[in-house]
Amino acid sequence: MKHKVLIGVLTATLATTLLGLARAETVFVTLEKDNALAVVDPAAGTLVKTVPIGQRPRGIALSPDNKQLYIATSDENTIKIVDANSFKILGKLPSGEDPETFALNPAGDKLYVSNEDDSLVTVIDIAKKKVIKKIKVGVEPEGITVSPDNKWLISVSETTNMVHWINTKNNTIEANTLVDPRPRAASFTADSQQLWVTSEMAGTVMILDSQTQQVIKTISFEVSGITNDKIQPVGVVIDKDRNRAYVALGPANRVAVINAKTFEVEKVLLVGQRVWNLAFSPDQKHLYTTNGVSNDISLIDLDTQTVTKSVGVGTYPWGVAIKP
Amino acid sequence: MNPLKLSTINLYYQQPMRLTQWPYQTFVILLVLFQVVAPKSAQAISKQAINIAYLTQEQPAPVASSNLDPFIKDKGVSGAELGIDDDNTTGEFTGQLFSLKKFMVPLDGNVTDTFNKEISGHFQYVVVNLPAAQLTTVADLPAAKDLLLLDIGTSDDALRNEACRKNVLHLLPSRAMRADALAQYMMKKRWNQWFLVVGPNLEDRLYADAIKRAAKRFGMKIVLEKTWEHTYDARRTVQSDVAVFTQTEDAYDVLVVADEQGQFGEYLDYRTWMPRPVIGTQGLIATSWHKTHEQWGAIQIQHRFLAKAGRWMEEQDAGAYLAVRAVGEAVTRTQKSDLKPVKDYLLSDGFSLNGYTGTPLSFRAWDGQLRQSILLAAPRSLVAVAPIEGFLHPKSELDTLGYDQPESQCHWDK
Repeated sequence: MKHKVLIGVLTATLATTLLGLARAETVFVTLEKDNALAVVDPAAGTLVKTVPIGQRPRGIALSPDNKQLYIATSDENTIKIVDANSFKILGKLPSGEDPETFALNPAGDKLYVSNEDDSLVTVIDIAKKKVIKKIKVGVEPEGITVSPDNKWLISVSETTNMVHWINTKNNTIEANTLVDPRPRAASFTADSQQLWVTSEMAGTVMILDSQTQQVIKTISFEVSGITNDKIQPVGVVIDKDRNRAYVALGPANRVAVINAKTFEVEKVLLVGQRVWNLAFSPDQKHLYTTNGVSNDISLIDLDTQTVTKSVGVGTYPWGVAIKP
Repeated sequence: MNPLKLSTINLYYQQPMRLTQWPYQTFVILLVLFQVVAPKSAQAISKQAINIAYLTQEQPAPVASSNLDPFIKDKGVSGAELGIDDDNTTGEFTGQLFSLKKFMVPLDGNVTDTFNKEISGHFQYVVVNLPAAQLTTVADLPAAKDLLLLDIGTSDDALRNEACRKNVLHLLPSRAMRADALAQYMMKKRWNQWFLVVGPNLEDRLYADAIKRAAKRFGMKIVLEKTWEHTYDARRTVQSDVAVFTQTEDAYDVLVVADEQGQFGEYLDYRTWMPRPVIGTQGLIATSWHKTHEQWGAIQIQHRFLAKAGRWMEEQDAGAYLAVRAVGEAVTRTQKSDLKPVKDYLLSDGFSLNGYTGTPLSFRAWDGQLRQSILLAAPRSLVAVAPIEGFLHPKSELDTLGYDQPESQCHWDK
């Protein structure tokens, strides 16, 4: 209940901000090979600046109050806390080795990291900058997310081909679901009822029911002129009303638009090369994708479902976070 | 457990308690104990066991052309071990227990004896790291008929064609696949005129055959072919000899070398008469694995392997890893450990395995060859990954490499 009020307040604040300034958001993109963070103004469609951030930055997230960025600098074996306005480094979190992907809980006081080389998920108390627990999971954990109702922490193991359902209260695995080969990313629907998981090798998206932890639907893709083995889904996001889901198809260089009610693939949008991660604008009218090989991000207008612009950002754009 | 069933047991349990006859009472108590306890404990301990054998024979160390690369005696073993580790991490969640037993036959030992005595009857899956002739001998043993041999030692095209065996799957790319990968890249670069240098060994000639086949397939021209003879100490005279050896009136773009044992190929670069790049078994090589490879999550397995084995992962290690992972994946998906359903699944369209090379791996149902990308690597840089963009295929672009179904001479299903 408390949560809903909080979300209500947040939405209201958001709405007022947006009324005052149409699309004033900032897009942050980690540049894996440039050791830097790209700052993009999506309304103008320009790269504002590039800030050095540390070695091999990949995963990125914004704190719920929009004041701090968390950035995994993989080769420094840490997650940095960065001021979202001044880009000053405020601190470091003990992420364990080679952090890549991580997730914040809805309250923003805990951070969960996938440690790929050690088959672990590390739970970190952000305020204390301390490790609370290390959870043993399958081989090469990658995708990680927390359900909006804070019930489940999800860890996806790429090589074990498994979704681990971890209870956030005691940080223990409660259920495991075997999914299609090399699962990459996982996202909950806003109501926490469904978990969408991408499989890079089978070229599918699976929809899991949070109650039963079973796969209720598997979606495949077809892109004319592209063989099936090039279709390698990675990032997935679902809009808050569960109308549409968007899936980055990797080296197929497309984003698939899925009707989240009927699970039909409605359209594929041509973006940059090896599209990887994606994020909504706060009003969910735009979508931003990082394209690993073509070194740019694509800006997608969701009302018209068209790619409006690509902005060159730097070498190997990896993660993306949006600040309202 | 079904609550209804439990209450029925309780009813039976209470009634005979009043009887004074000891044997009857004991019998019922035992019965009840069996019903209540046995299924639970059975669930806890009866993990499905999958035992995999690893068979290899010690090989003599080849003549070293450089002290930079120490001779690795156990190529393959560490890869298989890493594969078992990964299978078991999955098995922890799916109730399967994988084990690997290694059989290293000494140099003067007899592989057939080891196979008949220690492997036959105990294992269904055998990772085999043996040269082509020995692999065929083992595959033809009556005891091997109903086993699955996972070959991680050969690249012979004959074994994937006229000499194919129904009980063998091949993990390493064939010579034809390697040569096709090089040819695709050369075609992209428009380096169409080739000067082919062939070593004196049988394997070198087989590699050269694959190069010639690829040249024909992709419209390359072999303008000149020469055989390298070991008639002198290469290390001392190579400086002058390579220049003389490669002096020719014919115009060529690249020097293609077929020297599988690495006896002279490393000496060609920078010593040719004309300034030309070297490709083939040295220079730019075509391989299924390389230390420069880090894309598609490869860096993770490179790290994990390095931590486990204390050296870089070699092709045979990658092959053994994939062999063990393929069995693991098939067992996990089918929830069966028997050969028939596992092999059917391995050869089906549903099977796809992550090989850290960007494209899902599967087996070609017509010859048992692992369908895979080929890395084109220079000693310290990954140059390209084949199939090269633009080489199209109606089913899978991976099948632009090597013998495609219509060309295959393997007719094991007949």
